[in-house]
Amino acid sequence: MKRAGFAAIVFLALVTLASLLAEVLAPASYAQQFRDAPDAACSRQHPLGTDDLGRDRFSRLLYGTRVSLLLAPAAALLSCTVAGLVGGTAGFAGGWVEEFVMSATDLFLSLPWLFLLITVRALLPLNVAPLTSVVITFALLGSLGWAGAARVVCADTRRLCDSDFMLQARASGSAGPRLLFRHLLPNLKPVLLAQFWISIPVFILSETNLSMLGLGVTEPLPSWGSLLRELESYSVLSARPWQFVPLILLVATVSCFHVAMQREES
Amino acid sequence: MSTLFKCAAKTILIVLIGGFIGATLARFAPGYGVTEEELDSRLSGESLRALRQSQQLHGNLMSFYIGYWGKLLRGDLGFSTVMREPVRQLIAERFPETIKSVGFGVALGWAVGLGFAILSITARSGAVDFATSMVATIALCTPAAVLALLCVFAQAPGRLVIAVIVFPKVFQYARNLLMRSAALPHVVAATARGLHKARIFLWHILPVAAPQLLAVAGITVSIAFTAAIPVEALCDMPGIGQLAWKAAQGRDLELLIVLTMMVATITLLANTAADLLGKAATHG
Repeated sequence: MKRAGFAAIVFLALVTLASLLAEVLAPASYAQQFRDAPDAACSRQHPLGTDDLGRDRFSRLLYGTRVSLLLAPAAALLSCTVAGLVGGTAGFAGGWVEEFVMSATDLFLSLPWLFLLITVRALLPLNVAPLTSVVITFALLGSLGWAGAARVVCADTRRLCDSDFMLQARASGSAGPRLLFRHLLPNLKPVLLAQFWISIPVFILSETNLSMLGLGVTEPLPSWGSLLRELESYSVLSARPWQFVPLILLVATVSCFHVAMQREES
Repeated sequence: MSTLFKCAAKTILIVLIGGFIGATLARFAPGYGVTEEELDSRLSGESLRALRQSQQLHGNLMSFYIGYWGKLLRGDLGFSTVMREPVRQLIAERFPETIKSVGFGVALGWAVGLGFAILSITARSGAVDFATSMVATIALCTPAAVLALLCVFAQAPGRLVIAVIVFPKVFQYARNLLMRSAALPHVVAATARGLHKARIFLWHILPVAAPQLLAVAGITVSIAFTAAIPVEALCDMPGIGQLAWKAAQGRDLELLIVLTMMVATITLLANTAADLLGKAATHG
């Protein structure tokens, strides 16, 4: 398990590094069209061929990986911050505040994730610039994905509030912000960190589903979801197996997140 | 009885609050009350005013809420601007298809997930455990939309995808719960005494894990409904998942909110039923 975990972390580091170095590694820009070579096969110039608009697939994969792999942690950070605030406040305050906040959390959790996501996405303008669509997609993921984590944080805060060291801190005169920032928050760090890592693969998969349904990142900006949309026009007769490379990379990356998390747990 | 009452009250309250939030979001969404007809240059000022009045633009927030709930309580779920049909009729036409898909997916997902978990626990083989975990991880890490596309390529029924989405979750929960139950001292003692594997599993492992497994059943209903959107949209299945996708693309907010609230109510009821069954199993 340790070896698999280490290999997963190395793989994730390599993929992230490659996406960060997209400007150096990519043979072309993600939007550059080679109009004389649309839908081209693999070659030295285009390692994964070109799409039907003549754009280099390898370049788009590198830039798309950057979008998905950097913004999913940003969304996870946002959701964990909201979860920390909501769950932490509820657990710390206790009583009716906890009841009320946890009921609101129940409401969020009872709504099927993708239904909620597409409903709120549809409330916002759909015809937006590619960069705005990226921000909207990941901000939505971050701001709507806090409920599960908040429940865990609330339970942990409650447990910590009832613990001996908190009782001792209260007995020593600690109260209010001092109790919160000095004693509670540092002990919540592990649970928040775990929720952060759990959220990343969830958000990557959600973005992929949204983009494949045409409600996520818009063209010409690539993301894993928009790259996989190309599979809709895949034909067995054309036999272009390299079109599946983004899918393989996505599954491998998300699997690595799971393996790395299991390593941390063990 | 009081637990049942509490659960029912909580469900109703959550649905009411959800509907309130939904109505607020719809009322304040950019472009609310604006229709394509307003762009028609042939319309006179009076016609435009009448058109806007019909869109309830001039009603204040409170009258909007009252009107919204009044309509809902009368069974009038509104009119879909995208599908050009009453929402009630659309739901009546499409809901059975989704229920069939979700029912099939949940049932098959549970059968495969639980089967794999039982195999993994009873076989006591590293290879079997690795193989079942590997299959579950791959299913867990593949987006539902991609699975739906692969189903289209393979000309397989789209409902299978819902089962593929549900099964790894069931497998993970069930495997962990069964493993914990299998490590209990009385199970170890029963194994040491040479009791048959099947007897140990049915009499000592499964009854301990059953209440918590039942609680997971509610979650899988929610997961199945979530998976229904990409599956129905990409496999061209005329269910409410496909309807939600079309509504989202056409920004048909009223339809979307009704669908979301309906699915939320179903998942809440499923969760409540699963919780109650779990509690009954624990006390029984």
